[in-house]
This record gives sequence, C-alpha cells and structure tokens, in this order.
Amino acid sequence: MTEQSTMRVHLYQVAHGRTGDKGNRSNISVIAYRPEFYQAIVDQVTVERVGDLFRHRGPRQVSRYLLPRLHAINYVLDEVLDGGVNDALNLDSHGKSLSGFLLDMEIILPASLAADIETGRRPDVGVTPVAARATAAGAQAGASIEVDR
Amino acid sequence: MRGGELLWVGCGAGFSGDRVDAIAPVVDTLAKRPGRRVLILETLAERTLALAQLARREDPAKGYEPLLPSMLRPVLGRCLHHGIRIVGNFGAANPLAAAREIDRMARELGLRAPRIAVLRGDDMMAHPDVMGPPDECAWQSAGASAPSGALVSANAYLGAEQIAHALADGADIVVTGRVADPSLTVGPAMAHYGWSPDDWPRLGAATMAGHLLECGAQVTGGYFADPGFKHVPALHDVGFPIACIDAGGHCVIGKADGTGGIVDTRTVKEQLLYELHDPGAYLTPDVTADITQAGVAQVGENQVALSGVQGHPRPDTLKVSAFYEGGWLAEGGISYAGPRAEARARLAADVLRARIGEGEPLRFDLIGVCSVFADDGGKMLGSIPDGGARDVRLRVAGKFRELESAERLAREVNALYTCGPAGGGGVRTAIRRRLETRSFYVDRARVDASYFIFQ
Repeated sequence: MTEQSTMRVHLYQVAHGRTGDKGNRSNISVIAYRPEFYQAIVDQVTVERVGDLFRHRGPRQVSRYLLPRLHAINYVLDEVLDGGVNDALNLDSHGKSLSGFLLDMEIILPASLAADIETGRRPDVGVTPVAARATAAGAQAGASIEVDR
Repeated sequence: MRGGELLWVGCGAGFSGDRVDAIAPVVDTLAKRPGRRVLILETLAERTLALAQLARREDPAKGYEPLLPSMLRPVLGRCLHHGIRIVGNFGAANPLAAAREIDRMARELGLRAPRIAVLRGDDMMAHPDVMGPPDECAWQSAGASAPSGALVSANAYLGAEQIAHALADGADIVVTGRVADPSLTVGPAMAHYGWSPDDWPRLGAATMAGHLLECGAQVTGGYFADPGFKHVPALHDVGFPIACIDAGGHCVIGKADGTGGIVDTRTVKEQLLYELHDPGAYLTPDVTADITQAGVAQVGENQVALSGVQGHPRPDTLKVSAFYEGGWLAEGGISYAGPRAEARARLAADVLRARIGEGEPLRFDLIGVCSVFADDGGKMLGSIPDGGARDVRLRVAGKFRELESAERLAREVNALYTCGPAGGGGVRTAIRRRLETRSFYVDRARVDASYFIFQ
C-alpha cells in the first residue's frame, strides 16, 4: 500500500455484523460486504485494536476466528458484559448494541476501492409495503453485488 | 427416509414474547410443501426458565409459556389437519401443564385429540446430588463467585434424541422444557431420516440449520435492517424462516410466503455466527458442529443454501444453567431538555450519588450522551466532558439485597422532581426481582432424559 493512494473508511462502510451473548461473553461478527475488503479487515481489525476499543469494559481476553470462505471474522470478548444479561446494570445488558461500537472503527483501504464502499444511500429506506416489493426485487436480490450511487 | 420425501422445518417463535401473528403464515406455507412438515417454537431464553419456575411456585398449574394459547390456538387445527408436527420448548418449567393446556385447547376447538409427547429429565432440582453444593461446581465463567441467594432453577440442556423418539412414536406435538435450541430441529431430522445418534456429519449440518431457525426473524431480516445500508422490505411484516433439510442435513433457508423480510447471504451469515464462539466447535448435546468450511449461496429469491458444515463427536457432558435469587434491581429515569440540559442531568446524578452514598454501587447513564456503550463502573461516562447536549435523560440503576434499599433509590429519583435541578420531568421508576446465573457441566450419563405420551 506504500505507493498507492489510500482512503480512511469506517468499518460499517465495508462490513456488517451482529452481536450475540452467552453469559458474560460477547461475540461480534464482522462480515465483509465484498471479498476484496476482507484482507484489509483481517490485517487492521486486530485483537489488540478491538481490546483497546473495549478497554473500558475490561475484557479478560479478546480472540478472533477467521472464516475466509464467508469473508467473516468472529470476535469473542470474554467478561465484557459486566456480568451479562442477568447481572449487568446496563440498559442493554445483552450488549446487542456493541456491533455498532466495533463497526464505527476506521480502517485504511486502497483508494481504488472507493467506488465499492457502502455510502448509506441505498434506496427503499423505510417500510415498503409487501405488494410493492416486486419493483424492489432487483435491489434485494442483488444487494451484495450492486452498488447504488 | 420415507419415499425420498424432504423435511421442512418452519420456526414460528424465536423467544418468549415473539410475535404470535408470525406463526400462521409459516403454517400456511408448510401446508403447501410436500414431505414431512414440522413447526418449531423456541420460547426459552436462558432466564425465561427461571421466571417460569417462579411462576410455577406461585401456581402449580403455571410455569409454561404464558403466550402458548395465543400462539397455538389459531394454528392448532391447521397443523393437525395437514399433519404438521409441532415441537416446542414452551413447556418451560412445567411441560405437563403445557400438554394439558393443549389437550384442553383441542377439545374446546372441536379437534381430534392430538398425541402429545412430554419430555422430561432436564430439571436438575430433583437431583441435588448431581449438582453438588454451588461452591463446588466448576463455574463456566472463571472468577465467578458462588451465588449467595437460594437456588430457583437448574436445568440441563437436553438434546434431540428423545424428541426424535417421540416423533417416531407418532407424536403430533412434542412439549419440552430445556433442550438445546438447535435440537428442536435436529430431533425431527433424526426421526424423519432415521439418522443414528453418532452420525456426526449429518447431525452437525442439521444443527446449523436449527441454529439458523431458532431465533425466528433474525435470519429473515430482523435484527438486521440498517437504513441506507441493509434494506429489509416490509420489516413490519417480517416473515419467519422455513428450512428445507435434505437427507444429508444440508439446508436451504427461506421464509413464509407472502411476508416481508429478506433472506440473503448477509442475513444468513450474520445469524450463522450469532452467539457462536469457536466456529470449529459449536457444542450442543447432539454434536460438535464445525462451520470453518461452511459456505452460503443465494439459490433463489429469499432462498439461501448452507453447505460445508462438518460434525464431530458430541461432548461427554451436558450444560446445566442454574439460577439463584439475586435480590432486587431498581431503576429510575428523569429527563432534562433545553439550555444546559446535560449539566443539569449530571448534577442530578451527583445529587443521587450523595443521597444514596458511595457504599451502594450505582450505574448512571446520560441517554442522549453516553449510555449503552458504557460500562457499569462509569469509566466511559467519566471520560466524556459536558458536551452541552440539550435533550438528555438521566438513568440510574442499582442492585440491592433488600427490597427496602431498592425502594429507597426509586424514591430518591422521584424526589428529584421538587428537590433536584431545574426543569426535570418524566420520572419513571421500576423495581424487579433479580436472578443470578451460573453454568456448569454434568456427565451426560447422570441425566435421565425420556418422554411419555400425555393421557
């Protein structure tokens, strides 16, 4: 990446994910929207960085598992939920919101991928009536392929 | 396997309190599919069973899913008419009472008497010798202290075998207490295809099909929509999932016809990894499932195939979740808006802290500034200076051994109306019973799972 021009993007522009919990352990998946984003995420969203991000929650351990066939990474954060759903005083005692915290992290990508990142300007925002879905069928079927801009 | 017929498993509920009107479209869609059809209802989060046990203590006829009548009454006739089997953990702490309720429901509706199987063996309260005293249990979470309150419930996670036996025995409905969520799907697959309980590859594949189904709408667009990034059509009418499972355990996941929502590779990947830790070792009572080589492919509109799941031998132990009385949780909130709202909310927090004293650990949130991302210890909130937010709600929460202390916090929040900073409004307080949980493992030979047919 030395000679190439680069750009700084939020993880949520190149990946999606969700949080799950078991007891006092949280897992957060990070799934690249496109295969070409995957390696940069693997290289930059390290367990060290994730551990730093969640330092205020005092994780005992942060680990991650790579799933290259799914272009996904599973981050597992031990003892990060203040006791978990039955013990924590947090409104969100499951930690459901934590994927949003992780996906707000910034990474650096080659500028050549600029046309492929998600901009948050996809159509059909809101509740589309079922009867009107035929017109939106293209958008939903090809959601992981097409880029609307 | 009966004449090469496929197995269709639809999920009508993903937790206690799920939308009851989501079930009918699943049943109507299953009714149109050829082959063996099964409706599963997953209504038992970790904590739900302890609450059910408390309900049963108050009334021995209760302790099963309170929404069971609302869930089943509209679809029971259709399921029996079309031969759609029903498997659910809605028995919670009292599966026999749930069976009685369904039997009564069928009679009231003028239906034939369903053959109802009731699973038993998960309740470990009857086997205190197996559990041992709490402080000798091997806590799953390192460093967890022994609970101080009385034991409320202890249930082992049972697997698919007894569900399969009950279905092979002709059960129309299988009522369970605690079983592993994917086992609700694996049981029907074992029964339909005649798999042996050590057929690890097939059990592994079917387990991940069950994993995709078990949270209902979470694989069809629920817990997914993100405007501008991840669009979900007609989220208000999100359809619940239906999987077609073949003789190898491979599945294609879809959803109820004529509903909103979306099934695509993104929704399936997110749910595949949901509540998963090591993707090479997803432990259930039935198998150690392995998705390290798994792949997903869009094979039609709202149709995604899952392939490449592997299976390894099941663990020798079963997980037991135990719940203990944990005193009381008190919460309160008050809103401030306009100029210096954040400063007034912060002052209100200081007032509460001074009134309650430093001895009681309280959590403060400034909703609109910093709340759910923060920690109970207040490190994150403490690191954020007053940013001048103009619409802020102060929330305080604390856990207390004694009810009187919980009530004291609620009263102090209420008193902020007249004794607190300027312009505070909208006080709401709540006090709830707390439960503490611990997990441990028991040798599976010491758990005696079986079923009986309700008469």
